Amino acid sequence: MSRAIRFAPLLVLALIVGALIWRLVTPSDSSVHSTLEGKPVPAFDLGPALDTKPALRSRDLATGKPHLVNVFASWCVPCIAEVKVLQQLKARGVSVEGIAIRDRPEDLVEFLGRNGDPYERIGSDPQSSVQISLGSSGVPESFVVDGAGVIRYQHIGPVETTDVPMILAKLEQAR
Amino acid sequence: MRWLLALLALALSAPTFADSNLPPAYWSDRQLPDARQEAEAQALMEQVRCLVCQGQSIADSNAELAGDMRDLVRRRIAAGEKPAAIRAWLVQRYGSWISYKPTAEPAAWPLWLAPLALLIAGALLIRRRIRR
Repeated sequence: MSRAIRFAPLLVLALIVGALIWRLVTPSDSSVHSTLEGKPVPAFDLGPALDTKPALRSRDLATGKPHLVNVFASWCVPCIAEVKVLQQLKARGVSVEGIAIRDRPEDLVEFLGRNGDPYERIGSDPQSSVQISLGSSGVPESFVVDGAGVIRYQHIGPVETTDVPMILAKLEQAR
Repeated sequence: MRWLLALLALALSAPTFADSNLPPAYWSDRQLPDARQEAEAQALMEQVRCLVCQGQSIADSNAELAGDMRDLVRRRIAAGEKPAAIRAWLVQRYGSWISYKPTAEPAAWPLWLAPLALLIAGALLIRRRIRR
């Protein structure tokens, strides 16, 4: 047996340990990305989530200007912080539309009353069906939809203050 | 000590509020009246990955979103849609990741070819030993 081949097991071990260390240092991204980026928003027609606010249909998104569609819920904790950032975006002239997942009107009223209300429209999605048809896997998520109703960007997790310039840029690109 | 326990119990109770206040979707935990359709739905649900508990199928998962997906699958099967079409609809949205059924996409070729390559290598090795 040649001398070099004796070291082969050691080399294999080093490779395995190296791979393990690499994965520990850079954990894999477990978020599920929608494959609908670059494709039109699937047709939907949601009922109103509140009596005081218009409902949301896919038609409302193809209006010639970009929209930020926010998938949220009153029972979602990160949404509390996010809704304040969405208000900053609204103050900058962004049309923010909401899809409320598995929500009740009374809970929504309390949630919006306490944390503020950036939404122009809110559609109620009591069985997550529109959420699934968008390829979204949780709350909160946001979609940048351009004026033609095409999904340009999916944001997984809450939009944070530091994301505002990026979201504004994505909306500008979608114009 | 009792206080500490109570505080600990409170701290651990947070996940209770991580779900919505709505009851599960109608077909999420209810079998379809037609046994053949229910079997079709069940077979598909066992091959669809849960988006929340990513190691589980939607048939196994207790996540609300999994319940909503079971409702969606059963509704569509009851409406006469083929399981393959429902799977394709989901793959269109979430990518082939969502389905546990192995695909024939180029990315999966090494998976199919590796056992063959190993078998051939093994056979060659044995042949060399026997000849010697």
